[in-house]
Amino acid sequence: MRALRLPRLTFWGTTFWIIIAAGLVSTFIRFTQGLGASTNLSDAFPWGLWIGFDILSGVGLAAGGFVVAASVYIFNLDRYKPILRPAILTAFLGYILVVFALMYDLGKPWNVWHPIIMWNPRSVMFEVGWCVMLYSTVLALEFSPIVFERLNMGWAKKAIHMISIPLVILGVILSSLHQSSLGSLFLIVPEKVYPLWYSSSLPYLFFLTAVAVGPAMVTIESFLSYRAFKKEIEIPILSQLAKVTGVALAVYLVLKIQDIMAYQLLPYILEFNTESLLYLGEILLGVLIPIGLVSLKKVRESRFGLFALSLLVVLGFILNRMNISVTAIERYSGMNYFPSWMEISVTLMVIALGFAAFRLAVKHLPIFEHPAESAPKEVPQYDVVSFHEVTK
Amino acid sequence: MTRYGILIDITRCVGCYACEEACGERWGNPSLPDVHKLSEHKNTAIHTVDDVYVPAQCMHCADPTCASVCPVGAFEKTPEGPVIYDADKCMGCRYCLQACPFDVPTYQWHSLNPEVRKCDMCYDRIKKGEKPACVESCPAEARTFGALDDLIQEARNRIAADPGMYENHIYGVKEAGGTSVIFLSPKPFEQLGMKTNLPDHPLPTLTWAILSKIPNYVFWGSTLLAGIWWITNRRTEVQAYEAALLKLQERQNRKDGKNGHNQLSE
Repeated sequence: MRALRLPRLTFWGTTFWIIIAAGLVSTFIRFTQGLGASTNLSDAFPWGLWIGFDILSGVGLAAGGFVVAASVYIFNLDRYKPILRPAILTAFLGYILVVFALMYDLGKPWNVWHPIIMWNPRSVMFEVGWCVMLYSTVLALEFSPIVFERLNMGWAKKAIHMISIPLVILGVILSSLHQSSLGSLFLIVPEKVYPLWYSSSLPYLFFLTAVAVGPAMVTIESFLSYRAFKKEIEIPILSQLAKVTGVALAVYLVLKIQDIMAYQLLPYILEFNTESLLYLGEILLGVLIPIGLVSLKKVRESRFGLFALSLLVVLGFILNRMNISVTAIERYSGMNYFPSWMEISVTLMVIALGFAAFRLAVKHLPIFEHPAESAPKEVPQYDVVSFHEVTK
Repeated sequence: MTRYGILIDITRCVGCYACEEACGERWGNPSLPDVHKLSEHKNTAIHTVDDVYVPAQCMHCADPTCASVCPVGAFEKTPEGPVIYDADKCMGCRYCLQACPFDVPTYQWHSLNPEVRKCDMCYDRIKKGEKPACVESCPAEARTFGALDDLIQEARNRIAADPGMYENHIYGVKEAGGTSVIFLSPKPFEQLGMKTNLPDHPLPTLTWAILSKIPNYVFWGSTLLAGIWWITNRRTEVQAYEAALLKLQERQNRKDGKNGHNQLSE
């Protein structure tokens, strides 16, 4: 018989449960007393941390799914195959969490399905809603073969495999649409957004940063799962991914420079107020330093270098999304918005749930193993015996 | 259909707040807060800027930003002019609050079934042939209700009759593509806290410029991707075929070579 044992107390385990407990308290307050009691939002500042981080950043961080799926299926780059599954998993979990977090932010979450029957094609939000809905379905289908494989349902896996190309094309189209549309959300408030962040190319900027951050997230996950399970992706593939990030960031930088010239942003940048410092922080941390690092072979070929590089890209990306959704609006609104502890704890809970779900999936599903297609086919094994020996 | 509107003459407003009370009554908000600011309780409010009373309420834009951003189409520009809101459709994303160029919509933050609040120009009263509550209650005739075209003419007449009293601008004729509520002011509008940096075109054109490209993008984008797939896939197939062919040829060559050798040795 096994002796009864208390679960081992670990730092991360304890942190996890504290975060979940705080998140549940906030959940209770949010759904019993409303948004006003649980958030620091107001009429002048209607979008806060939940939109800026959970939605805008969350959707972007899940972009690895479509970037890698396109590389493997559309561009037939077989060398990326080992990262397909971690990328799809990240994307799938990401979108589930985005929708989960949206339930907190919406005033009437029970009406979340309304865009299905109440159409307004002039609304960017309507388009984002439809794309997220359809793309989540596509991700579920793209993810399903992993589950079918675990359950030994070969026929179902085969069925999905047959429609995989149209599925991936649909996924890429939907992703590029809504990743960029999250930027278009701010096109309609030119006089509210602080000049450093307003640009008519916001949709393209959002798309490029999503393409840059997607592979970075896959790299970070590979690093973490190496530390936790000794399961990881080979370094050469990750350094290829880092190059994808580098190229996307370089194009982004060009557009940013174009904006600086077209909107004459230099005086704003050199003002060194809160906005300009945060702007510089976002560009240095998330764009310039990563582009510098990715051009160093030494960084590209070490596990830690890749991790550090990717972490910078992710942090810079989050700073960018928070800047656009919070910093850029604050001066206009005249509010000093800072999220309440309840908003923060819900966001932390969403992140913690993401980590936990990823961990569970990696533990129980064939995520980092080579998928069955590339594994040697099961061939009946025969002992090869020389003809002479049989007739002897 | 006559398109109605309201002309607000800031020079006439005496700051009695009768409109706030009439509006509160119309919306069923009996106990109004003392803060004179648009909120879930007040769909019209009198701001005081440098001792000038400036009424605020929904501008009822000709091409309303709120109606364009709402993902479920909860806002509607009626043919009569008012922009109305359907709480049953609303899912509470608050994009309307974020996007409104005049910062008009407010939210019931403390409700568990929250609704957006904003002036609807008393749509029900208008349809019955009555005036909006705020207009009717105003003792100073600071607000005039009527056909929008007539109101614009009336505003022009007032400016022409007393150019010394009025700023020579009718706010709302061009702002954000035009609104159904227009203002006359004793001094420049930016000094009264009203936005003068709005474009003359409706703001929804900014997002429509992108959104209208989507059908084309979906069609050409997926065609392009399918084409790329066809090419890369074909390349892989050809490579595999050539590799197999090469192997076959080598085997054939080896066989031939062997035969040749045998023939030689015979």
